[in-house]
Amino acid sequence: MYFGLSEEQNQFQDYVKKFLSDNVSVDEIRKIANGDDQKLHDDIKSGLMNLGLSGLLIPENYGGLGGDLLSAVSIAQGLGTGVGPISFAGSYVMTPIALSLGGNDDQKDKYLPKIASNEIKFGVGLSEYVAAREDSGIELNKGKASGKALFVIDGDDADFFILSDKGGTMFIVDKNDKGLEVIQLTTVDKTRLYLELNLKNVKAEVLQETENNPFIIQKVIDAGRIILSADSLGASESMIEKAVSYAKERKQFNRVIGSFQAVKHMCAEMAADLEPCYAMLWQAAHSFDHDPDEARLQACQAKSHIAEVAKMVSKKATEVHGGMGFTDLLGLHYWFKRIGLNRQILGGPELVREEAAELQGFNQ
Amino acid sequence: MNLEYGPEYEDFRAEVIDFCKEYEGISFENTSSKNISRSEWQKILIEKGFIARAIPKEYGGFGGETDIIKSRIIATEFSKAKIPGGMGGQGIDMLVPTLLEWGTEEQKQHYIQPTLHGEMIWCQGYSEPNAGSDLASLQTKGELKDGNWVINGQKIWTSTAQYSQMMFCLVRTEPQAPKHSGISFILIPMDTPGIEIRPLVDMTLNAGFNEVFFTDVTVPEGNIVGKRGDGWSVANSVLGHERGSLADPNATMNRLNTLINMMKEETIDGRRLIDIPSYRDRLMQVQGKVMANQAHSLRLLSSKINPGQNVKLGGMIQKLVGTELRHEMEALAIDVLGEIGTLYEETPRLKENGSFQFHYMYFLGLIIGGGTNQIQKNIISERGLGMPKEPKVQEAS
Repeated sequence: MYFGLSEEQNQFQDYVKKFLSDNVSVDEIRKIANGDDQKLHDDIKSGLMNLGLSGLLIPENYGGLGGDLLSAVSIAQGLGTGVGPISFAGSYVMTPIALSLGGNDDQKDKYLPKIASNEIKFGVGLSEYVAAREDSGIELNKGKASGKALFVIDGDDADFFILSDKGGTMFIVDKNDKGLEVIQLTTVDKTRLYLELNLKNVKAEVLQETENNPFIIQKVIDAGRIILSADSLGASESMIEKAVSYAKERKQFNRVIGSFQAVKHMCAEMAADLEPCYAMLWQAAHSFDHDPDEARLQACQAKSHIAEVAKMVSKKATEVHGGMGFTDLLGLHYWFKRIGLNRQILGGPELVREEAAELQGFNQ
Repeated sequence: MNLEYGPEYEDFRAEVIDFCKEYEGISFENTSSKNISRSEWQKILIEKGFIARAIPKEYGGFGGETDIIKSRIIATEFSKAKIPGGMGGQGIDMLVPTLLEWGTEEQKQHYIQPTLHGEMIWCQGYSEPNAGSDLASLQTKGELKDGNWVINGQKIWTSTAQYSQMMFCLVRTEPQAPKHSGISFILIPMDTPGIEIRPLVDMTLNAGFNEVFFTDVTVPEGNIVGKRGDGWSVANSVLGHERGSLADPNATMNRLNTLINMMKEETIDGRRLIDIPSYRDRLMQVQGKVMANQAHSLRLLSSKINPGQNVKLGGMIQKLVGTELRHEMEALAIDVLGEIGTLYEETPRLKENGSFQFHYMYFLGLIIGGGTNQIQKNIISERGLGMPKEPKVQEAS
């Protein structure tokens, strides 16, 4: 019995963390967030891709590494610690799972190897299936899709998008389709891109296995929720580290502020609440691949619980930094905002908890 | 990640399940047909190796090796089958491991077996009115006179003192030494002349604690465990054990299930409590925390059998997180019951024997006791996160 990340998974995570700490300082994050340096952003993306992220979840017979979701979690934690400004949850976790479970053999042959080799890229928009806000929602009719998708993730440089209709049937659209309008949404989190898609009779390549089988889209959403939680966990870990080290240096009243119990106790509270989240997250990822009966409940509970803990950490860690925490100089807000986005994407805590209750038959 | 324990352990689990079936419905109540005394039950469990597993046979234990996976399996299956576990208490949980580490051969022979068998009950004499969180400043005085320790002073928060045959006690024997090195660990028979016990009724209305007064209490010199002045180290070698055990994850899961069942049965205007969205959302929040803690306890278990897996911080948070969670869970039960939730003691319309109110208060006690949760936060931040200690304040003149 061994409960935790394997040596290999820890190593993979360390590579990601090291790449980010060596190459992506707050100054770099700021340039990317402000859109000031496209070349820098491209270099960082390709540097991270060179670690092999794109093929991680793609089966070996399609040119990938055939990893499990826990391996993806270990990467996502690493990306979260350095607010890695790249696509992951949508392009390299939800997409390969959607194609592997939902696609026919032709579709798998056509897309999976090219995703692994980084020749093509997918964005993912399943927000409407979770909760359709405002006028969003897509209708499928005779192979054509019309409607709107909001908060499509990982859409930067995407060649294709995976979307779904209200019933959970997933399909692929080409970004060059004339009926597709791509609109950029500006959120607080500028380390990643969020899109609105407007579809008018866009050609939809349906993933056949997903027709009348909501199990698959739910599985894809579970995976997405687990990965977004891993990202928030990593970001929280980093915020606690920053708060603790700042508190050990900053002096007031002739003492480092980290010697005041008011400050120490905030740090202890953050650490105490975050620590069980690691195990919760890893168990959810493990169940995703090995324990289907428990998987959905664990994914929902991990998404909501970690979102709540991460929110608390992002607030208290900022407070420990005092006025500096509030400034752009320190850039702590990039972590704060990343946590803020992960919390809402694919369902905020209340919505996800309601799903967890439904799964257990609690609301009749 | 590998959550399988392996065939050897699954065989063991099957054995435990069979045992649970054999003793299904067992009870310590006289009214039950399957009545058994606690100490008989204790002996059966030791014989099977379900408790006192790693304690040598010559001291009344099972004489096997520590196997925390087996302990976990036992705890889980007993909890599922609602079979009572072994006896706990200060003697079995704290004194026995202490004696195994520090005691003389004679002390081990004399005390461990009757303690394990439930024939010798112990209480712990640590805290004093002016030595709570700052335990090392304790002042109960022990002087060596003619081959005997003569003890004077007062202890407080002494649970089970009124039922105990023995106390293990921290006593200041070296008044000239620095505060941590002037303490000795001494064993005191509770029927020694000069001991007075006054029950201390707590907010649950039980006398869970006592005050114990010592006036020229005289015990033999050989009742010391470890050397003179070693008492702080002796006591601390097992304190960690108590903190880890204050909120058992199996018990927490059982309470959550009790809460869920109650919310399915009780109604407002004919509507089940669990169908009321705001109540249901709070329930789901608590369930999320319970699931996180269950997973965390598996990670801690794993770290004990896989050397090199580092969960130092993970172990330190258990008491803080576990007690706060239980308190929050019981508070939720009271809130969803509303006015009904305030009923207590013997009264019409009482739910679950008043256990929600009882545990709500009891766990507030545990938040304070066993090293207050504020002290836990100091430990987590100083030892876990490497933050500096509070600077020492100059002695007030």
